[in-house]
Amino acid sequence: MKTSWKWPAAITTLTGLLFAGACTPNPTGNAPAGGAIPTDVMSVARERGLTPDDLYAAAKTYMPSGKHDDYVLFASGGHSGQVHVIGVPSMRLLKTIAVFTPEPWQGYGYGGGPSEVLKKGNMPSGKELTWGDTHHPNLSETKGSYDGRFLFINDKANARLAVIDLRDFETKQIIKNPNAISDHGGSFVTPNTEYVVEGPQYATPIGWEYSDIKNYKEKYRALLTFWKFDPLAGRINVAQSFQMELPPYFQDLADAGKGASDGLVFVNSFNTEMATGGIEKGEPPFEAGASKNDVDYLHIIDWRKAAQIAKSGPTRTVNGMKIIGLDTAVKEKLLYFTPEPKSPHGVDVTPSGESIVVGGKLDPHVTVYSTAKIRAAMAKGSQNKDPFGVPILSLDDTKEAQVELGLGPLHTVFDNQGYAYTSMFLDSAVARWTLGGADKGQHPEPDWTLVQKLPVHYNIGHIASIEGDTATPGQGYVVALNKWSTDRFLNLGPLLPQNFQLVDSARPGESMKVLYDSPIGVAEPHYAQLMRADRLKPYEVYPFVGFNPETGQKDPNAVLSPKDARIVRKGKVVEIFTPVIRSHFSPEHVTVNEGDTVIWHLTNIERTRDAIHGFCIGGYNINLSLEPGEHQTVTFKADQPGVFPFYCTEFCSALHLEMMGYFMVKPR
Amino acid sequence: MSELKVVLADGSQRPLNDFFWPHLLLMLASLLLCLSVFLPFWSIKMNAPQFPDGLKAVLYIDRVEGHVQEIDGLNHYLGMPPLDEGGKLERKVSLGAVGLMSLLILGTLFVHNRWAGAMGVPALVFPWVFLADLQLILYRYGHSVDPESALGGAIKPFTPPVIGVGKIGQFITEASFGAGFYLSLAAAGCVLAGLWMHRRIYREVALARRRAGVP
Repeated sequence: MKTSWKWPAAITTLTGLLFAGACTPNPTGNAPAGGAIPTDVMSVARERGLTPDDLYAAAKTYMPSGKHDDYVLFASGGHSGQVHVIGVPSMRLLKTIAVFTPEPWQGYGYGGGPSEVLKKGNMPSGKELTWGDTHHPNLSETKGSYDGRFLFINDKANARLAVIDLRDFETKQIIKNPNAISDHGGSFVTPNTEYVVEGPQYATPIGWEYSDIKNYKEKYRALLTFWKFDPLAGRINVAQSFQMELPPYFQDLADAGKGASDGLVFVNSFNTEMATGGIEKGEPPFEAGASKNDVDYLHIIDWRKAAQIAKSGPTRTVNGMKIIGLDTAVKEKLLYFTPEPKSPHGVDVTPSGESIVVGGKLDPHVTVYSTAKIRAAMAKGSQNKDPFGVPILSLDDTKEAQVELGLGPLHTVFDNQGYAYTSMFLDSAVARWTLGGADKGQHPEPDWTLVQKLPVHYNIGHIASIEGDTATPGQGYVVALNKWSTDRFLNLGPLLPQNFQLVDSARPGESMKVLYDSPIGVAEPHYAQLMRADRLKPYEVYPFVGFNPETGQKDPNAVLSPKDARIVRKGKVVEIFTPVIRSHFSPEHVTVNEGDTVIWHLTNIERTRDAIHGFCIGGYNINLSLEPGEHQTVTFKADQPGVFPFYCTEFCSALHLEMMGYFMVKPR
Repeated sequence: MSELKVVLADGSQRPLNDFFWPHLLLMLASLLLCLSVFLPFWSIKMNAPQFPDGLKAVLYIDRVEGHVQEIDGLNHYLGMPPLDEGGKLERKVSLGAVGLMSLLILGTLFVHNRWAGAMGVPALVFPWVFLADLQLILYRYGHSVDPESALGGAIKPFTPPVIGVGKIGQFITEASFGAGFYLSLAAAGCVLAGLWMHRRIYREVALARRRAGVP
């Protein structure tokens, strides 16, 4: 035998190494003492130049084999159109969920049910969209806390919303907004996930019809969409959803009120200047024109009242969606503005709902608004109006506090100790500061005070803390979602990964520390939410054999047993029923005629965890993921004559390579 | 109660307890036997690196439970029949048979001659018949490896041990008896003791009758 010498050689080498290891003299000669760091750990630390802080960070984040993370980070995958699921504190990427972009591992977009989900997100014209710019993942909530059931995410580029079911971590629904082409302040949920809010960004003519930019003030509008969520069906109910027309400012992030502010939705804006750009014509570019005013408007919307108006009040219907007009919104007192400093970015409601924090972006403060004051000012009304007649509540009437944090405050999350954490883009730091009022916690520092600024690397955008945007935040970790990584990782060319930095948010009175750098080499993530892992209750395998993940029911064409394998021919339509189990497909020979329509039903009849099979047909761009119990039907035209092997694409067993068959297409 | 006496045909007296105990034991035996059908008789746990929680087949008197589908799936590589094929007849008649045995035991309460002994025999031998049959099924099962199957050439015919640890491929098997089997053993013990006491007292009754000249 040619290789027979290799094994003994390898074993000898290994034994030699082990022996050498055992004989290496102890560098310090000290035996590890009880409680102290063992000497060999110290020698590793010395060898690698690790500081005590590094060792602390390693001990905080290292996850021994088989142990599970306590928290799960759901992070936007940015323009990869996906969602990343990351374990915390290990910061290991556990899974990437395909949402707006075809993804072959999950069999997403290569035939079968997932292709149908993707297709629903195409433009009404039929134009195919195969990517998305995912921005803000939002977990479903019950009483203002995550319930671990669903995840929503918006596509800024195309104004779409996706629903992911956390029982199987698969995208179940993609909705193309019928009247908007750009969104940003999505996909925030109301406290019991009554509505998923999709806020607008760049104003366009409603229904994205053509209108010259000269008609910006008259024709261009923003639309705030309230998608009605049906938790039993696990889908958005489009018929019960509605939109509200807003002035053509560039609306930005949004958040739904909770607790004291339940019933309200807050939306930021910039470009209340209604700048229309045109740098090439000598006009001020957007970046300058949209940043001229000292203040923009925080939008305050009474969504409960708006839902009543949508049901029974005056609306108009465009492309099948009910729209509450801007004039109606003003008349019915659904919409109020209050000034916010200069092109702000994030708007975040505190755990109690008593305060709303707006990050200044171009202003060094966070401005804190009081819900009670806002409600009082709304009741009083205001004679000061914007050009569209929307009442502007005076800042003095709504403001609770302003805290100077430094340069570029963007987004704010909270903990259960009365601290707020704000991402500081220009300072490249996480600012920790104290809350007051109903959210005042255990902190020893005075209210509304900056406590610490921790440098992060670099250019932090969003920020996440443990359930830090809910009514019941935790304490312990903050994740800085840094846009630039510059020198943090090996140089792998000019396209650099983002850097998710795990921060120990520390107890009150102590200092925050950076614990771990996690490169995200997939697009440009935006928002993320960090949830307790024990809230998740996913399937281990699908609940029964023949489960159709798109319908949640037994598929009528499910192949439940090996005995049901068969080929049924009806003229030019060939139906194949294939049970899938280790390590064979049945039938293994499928012969059709060129031009036949092939309808292939495949059911993974396994009940064992991780007994996953794939099904691909070479040359036909088909690849399915068949998880235990899952049924998929793929329909295609046999338009290429020849012999095409089909095989299992998940390494399922010792005889995985043998799990194949031939798809034979007889030429015409 | 211990002072209560029964007057026999010839006027001699026996403590009531001499009647009470065999009746109690035999009724208990019948009850235990009935209960045993709800509990597992035997189980085999198969541990392998890729199954951190192991695979388990749990044998009840009338069915097999546990990771049957997975074990069948793995065994198909060896060309072995599904677990369901083993002891088909036994599983089909088992409930009826146990019911009959229980009734026969109860019958001995009313049959006061040597036939009572015969009626107790099935329950007495039942656990041992179960064991022997299980051994036979396991032997046949392990010897049904098909050399033409995918992995059949790599595994020699084997007999999984009825009790204790064995090894098949990458699996370490661990077989043990279940509560149902122990109940059936206890029932057999009760039958044995009960019938012995039964014979002792009813023999006295018969002798007393003979002495008194009662037919």
